[in-house]
Amino acid sequence: MEQALGIHRLHFAFTITFHYIFPQLTMGLALLLVYLKTKYLRTGDEHYNRSAHFWARIFGINFAIGVVTGIPMEFQFGTNWAAFSRAAGGVIGQTLAMEGVFSFFLESSFLGIFLFGEKKLSRIGHWFSAFMVFLGSWLSGYLIVATDAWMQHPTSYTLGPRGEIQLSNFWGLIINKWALWQYAHTMLGAVQTGCFVMAGVGAFYLLTHRDEAYGRTFVKAGVLVGVIAALLQLSPTGDMQGKLITEHQPVTLAAMEGLFDTQNGAPLAILGQPDVQNRKLDNPLEIPSMLSFLTYRKWNANVRGLNAFPEDQWPDTIALLYYSYHVMVGLGTIFIAVMVVSAFLLWRQKLYTTRWMLWILMLAVPLPYIANTAGWMTAELGRQPWLIYGLMRTAQGTSPKVGAGNAWFTLIGFMGLYTVLAILWLFLVYREIELGPEPGANLDPETAVLIAAD
Amino acid sequence: MGIIWFCLVAIMITVYVLLDGFDLGAGAIYLLVAKTDEERRQVLASIGPVWDGNEVWLLAAGGTLYFAFPALYASGFSGFYLPLMMVLWLLILRGTSIEFRNHVKSKVWAPLWDFVFCASSLLLAVFFGAALANVVRGVPLDASGYFFEPLWTNFQLGDDIGILDWYTILVGVLALAVLVMHGALWVRMKTSGPVSDRAAALARQVWWAVLALAAVVTAVTFQVQPQIRENLTTWPLGLILPLLAVAGLAGVQFELIKHDEPKAFFASCLYITGMLTSVVFGLFPMVLPARNPVYSLTVNSAKAADYGLKVGLIWWIVGMILATTYFTYVYRSFAGKVVVEKDPHGHS
Repeated sequence: MEQALGIHRLHFAFTITFHYIFPQLTMGLALLLVYLKTKYLRTGDEHYNRSAHFWARIFGINFAIGVVTGIPMEFQFGTNWAAFSRAAGGVIGQTLAMEGVFSFFLESSFLGIFLFGEKKLSRIGHWFSAFMVFLGSWLSGYLIVATDAWMQHPTSYTLGPRGEIQLSNFWGLIINKWALWQYAHTMLGAVQTGCFVMAGVGAFYLLTHRDEAYGRTFVKAGVLVGVIAALLQLSPTGDMQGKLITEHQPVTLAAMEGLFDTQNGAPLAILGQPDVQNRKLDNPLEIPSMLSFLTYRKWNANVRGLNAFPEDQWPDTIALLYYSYHVMVGLGTIFIAVMVVSAFLLWRQKLYTTRWMLWILMLAVPLPYIANTAGWMTAELGRQPWLIYGLMRTAQGTSPKVGAGNAWFTLIGFMGLYTVLAILWLFLVYREIELGPEPGANLDPETAVLIAAD
Repeated sequence: MGIIWFCLVAIMITVYVLLDGFDLGAGAIYLLVAKTDEERRQVLASIGPVWDGNEVWLLAAGGTLYFAFPALYASGFSGFYLPLMMVLWLLILRGTSIEFRNHVKSKVWAPLWDFVFCASSLLLAVFFGAALANVVRGVPLDASGYFFEPLWTNFQLGDDIGILDWYTILVGVLALAVLVMHGALWVRMKTSGPVSDRAAALARQVWWAVLALAAVVTAVTFQVQPQIRENLTTWPLGLILPLLAVAGLAGVQFELIKHDEPKAFFASCLYITGMLTSVVFGLFPMVLPARNPVYSLTVNSAKAADYGLKVGLIWWIVGMILATTYFTYVYRSFAGKVVVEKDPHGHS
């Protein structure tokens, strides 16, 4: 069973990582679509409506893949993590079922109206459908984060006679303080993906001297929203997440930071490789006392290192956790720099002609995806060896009768299928960008092809 | 509280089968009734705005099952591991084919996705039927509360059973026939011209297959799962459910002859509802029968604690009122027959 455990973990990790490529963009774009539709509503300028149409097409492709890769996530709780589901389904099933009942119905209904029904709706009506899609996808995000937050920081439960975990306070589950900060941090990450993609496509148009009016709109929208999101990502949301981890998962903090020895005035490692075997950080580049300051706001505060905890409490992949965390923070810092400089150039009215900055914006498109993935890896690897922190070990959660071979088979199946999906996705999104916001005769408008009901 | 949720989950699954059933059926007959690109776009347009919402019922029903009966979710999903994973792959392929078919104009792109759409819809109908049959027949649960079924063994109903045996395959074929009829009636109602006529003809033909298969499956099922007869004897009022199914099935043929398309479709809905509720009624209080009845999961042994179920009832009712509102709005705004613009590029 030891072997099966690793494959079940990889199974979930792979499918959720691939899945989250899509919602992070659609949640971010949903906000930006509301922004563009609002601009259209207020100015009446058709330019903004066409911009919204262009992004709605890209949204549609990403949303479709997000939906089909999302279904396996709900299923896997039962198929691969049956013991966990049996124990905790009464609690986390609440938020997962609410996601279906409250956000999926909302999202799918209004997305149909948003994509296919513009002709039948007033301008305000169509704006409203965009807003409802935004609301549905952000609500969905909340309920999923609340589910994860409960696993990170279980509250409002009692233990039943057969060891099952029972919900004791509904609002405690929904308004878990961990969920609130984690949600804010996650959604800002999604907004940054949306902003970098929008600004990156805009920069591509400006660099290639095509559709330049749209290029300027996209760059401006991406940078204006992006600079706010990048700053809020660090503080207060990132900072508060860190405080919660310091308080409730101190061993995770030590592993993330690569801190082995407990010390006063602990340094912050910027670079370095954790050597778990010999319990030290190789080749460290450190800022003295900084970690103490960041965690406790005191330069010589005492920070507990990994050595202060028994080894069976340690996260089981410390090096990967350490690297994920550092990649996330490093990229987050770069995003602030890129967005602040871009915003400055925008203010000085030089951004649209500053080619090196446009190049940076275009090339930065993959980075928020990496940062969001690394952030989730930090959260989930940091929770190890627990499935529900302090309550249930990951090793106790798998399906007792699903062996390694079967899990390998389906994991490889998913890898193959998702490779095909990824190629299709890149092809179709590239095609939309190539066709551009005013496809004219080039594009047979899908709206006409797909649906024309009277 | 457990019985309330038993009924609510049953209702959600029934709604899922009624709604996603017609778009699965439309997919299964897609290549048969729609020959040209324009005709195919007619069929796609008839399900385009709603199929995603229909499929959400599967997710919502799954989520509700998860929180109301966690032990059932855990045992059932891990026990049906292999077929469920294949269902997931088919759902992925199917969703992809509907969404991506019209993105590229090419003589190979659309036909490729047409085939994927049709094949995945057809297989899903068979899989869902076989899954239902597995539940009715009972699964090899043991004292641990878990089981793992291989895809097939010797196709017999002995102790060493698999997902596929003669009984589950038979029900799978019935499910395909039923959804083909259901989907054909939908296409008949929502489209016009040759597509609509072919769908009507197909519905009339497959009706006989449904009748024959349903009679055989009903007779066999009483042998396979004795609890059903027991429940009908204890509560004779339950007979109303199978009678509903019979009335629905008769209504389909009757309304087809009268050329009342919406009524024929609703008769088909009535038939499916009657059939599914009969099964659910017949299995009660079991939620997952075991081959060895001692280990069967029942409403009481599988349900979550009462507090969660009570809270759930409140938000569930609120959520369902909202969902019904959206659905009514969407279906009304896409009411009537679909109209597809002539292909401007002249591809066939």
